[in-house]
Amino acid sequence: MKFFGRLSQSRRISHVFLPLITFVVFLSIWYTYAKLHYDNPVQRRNALPYPHEIVTDGFLPLNDKVNGLQPILGYMWPTVKVTLLGLVIAVALGVLVAILMNFSKGIEKSLFPYAVILQTVPILAITPLLTELFGEELGVRLVVTVLVALFPVITNTLFGLQSTDRALHDLFTLNHANRWTRLTKLELPSAMPSLMTGIRIASGSAVIGSVVADFFFAKGEKGIGYYIRTRQQQSIQRPEMFAGTIMASLFGILMFIVIGWITSRAIRNWHDSNLAHRPSSFKVVRTLKRKS
Amino acid sequence: MTALNLRNISMTFPDGTQAIDDVDLTIERGEFVTIVGPSGCGKSTLLRIVSGLQLPTSGSCEIDRQSLGYVFQDPVLLPWRNVQKNVELNAELQNVPTDQRREAAQKAVKLVNLSGQELKYPHQLSGGMKMRCSLARSLVSQPKVFLFDEPFGAVDEMTRERLNDELLNIFLQEKFAGLFITHSIQEAVFLSTRVIVMSSQPGRFVSEHKIGFPFPRASEIRYSPEFAQLCGQISHDLKLAHA
Repeated sequence: MKFFGRLSQSRRISHVFLPLITFVVFLSIWYTYAKLHYDNPVQRRNALPYPHEIVTDGFLPLNDKVNGLQPILGYMWPTVKVTLLGLVIAVALGVLVAILMNFSKGIEKSLFPYAVILQTVPILAITPLLTELFGEELGVRLVVTVLVALFPVITNTLFGLQSTDRALHDLFTLNHANRWTRLTKLELPSAMPSLMTGIRIASGSAVIGSVVADFFFAKGEKGIGYYIRTRQQQSIQRPEMFAGTIMASLFGILMFIVIGWITSRAIRNWHDSNLAHRPSSFKVVRTLKRKS
Repeated sequence: MTALNLRNISMTFPDGTQAIDDVDLTIERGEFVTIVGPSGCGKSTLLRIVSGLQLPTSGSCEIDRQSLGYVFQDPVLLPWRNVQKNVELNAELQNVPTDQRREAAQKAVKLVNLSGQELKYPHQLSGGMKMRCSLARSLVSQPKVFLFDEPFGAVDEMTRERLNDELLNIFLQEKFAGLFITHSIQEAVFLSTRVIVMSSQPGRFVSEHKIGFPFPRASEIRYSPEFAQLCGQISHDLKLAHA
């Protein structure tokens, strides 16, 4: 413990070095498992390839038109489009619904249970229905993405709107502010941190939604999910499958980082989560020990 | 000119607590009236009734609410707006044109000695500065009636005295009718033309003291024998009311 304690004193080291240690430990376990279970290279490719095989066989065939980085990036583009478009629709719709719910208790009571149900229905189980309703192309992919991304936006925005300071509401009342002014100048800015948290959670769900949609809807422009699914079926192509999955996940991480960056830009001047004097440790400083 | 007229105000909360019992109060323009009483005696409720944030159970309240200043217990600033934008808020909500409210805000900022801090955000200000900002926001619309709900309760003693001095200067310049609430007897005597002692449960006015010190009042009157005597009388009344 002392080792880790001393390491984390230098923040730059701890930000890079500690996750790196985790990664190395993780890779060692992976290598050991693959080595112990699968001596035969063909058998191993089928099941759990060595991590380096994911790089050499999954990503590195740079000029291969069927497998490798080139087709992966080609399949990523439709996924990126569906994810971003779906997220934008989910945010617009989610914020609108949250505003309506905040506007009237009646609307909140009539809609909220269905928002919860929406979240708990296993979307995959109703794919035949979705196909019936929305076809098998872009439309249905967007529907799935929006469905999984909507709930976090609604709940977080609603929570933010309803958490607005009572005293600030009194101030607006004293100035005879109407409902619209109250919404735009008080509630929405005050809900901004929660709203951004909602979008951040939703972005991860949206990536998963658009990838999973490729597994079930065969027509239209196919995304990375299709690449992963087809490499899954040909069991010799496990490294290719992992490469596709990792790329999809990298995209999710990129979204998370970008939205986090936008958030801190948007609320940098005022929100506690973003101010410099945030405590880095929650311990009371004890007497300093020095070697004499 | 009568700025505020309360007749037979009573307030009983739904849970049966009688917060205010039959209160009458008239304040003329140029008067500064302070109500002192312990926490929970219904002072804040009375202010909420006067401002229109709450309806009394019975009684009448005559006041021009279009020209009302209200300073809360806490600064109540919008954390995402800087000082300038916060000071402009009331005027903005009342649809005062941009140029006009910017100019008025500048004047108010100067009046509360916040010049040079216009671009700072609330989290960068000290408690006293936040309160000044809050005060400036209400000053912008030059209200005829000014309500203060224990505004300096959370700042330290030295800052409080300085803010009291400044508030009196502003009072002399703006000539509003002031209704101030506090549980500091010193603050009450220093600021007011009249001090009213309130009892709790139910909240009633039990005594009234005229404070005759002429304006402008120097900071030093706090240490005069007359000042101490007034504080003593009020303190005595408070103790009687809560015995």
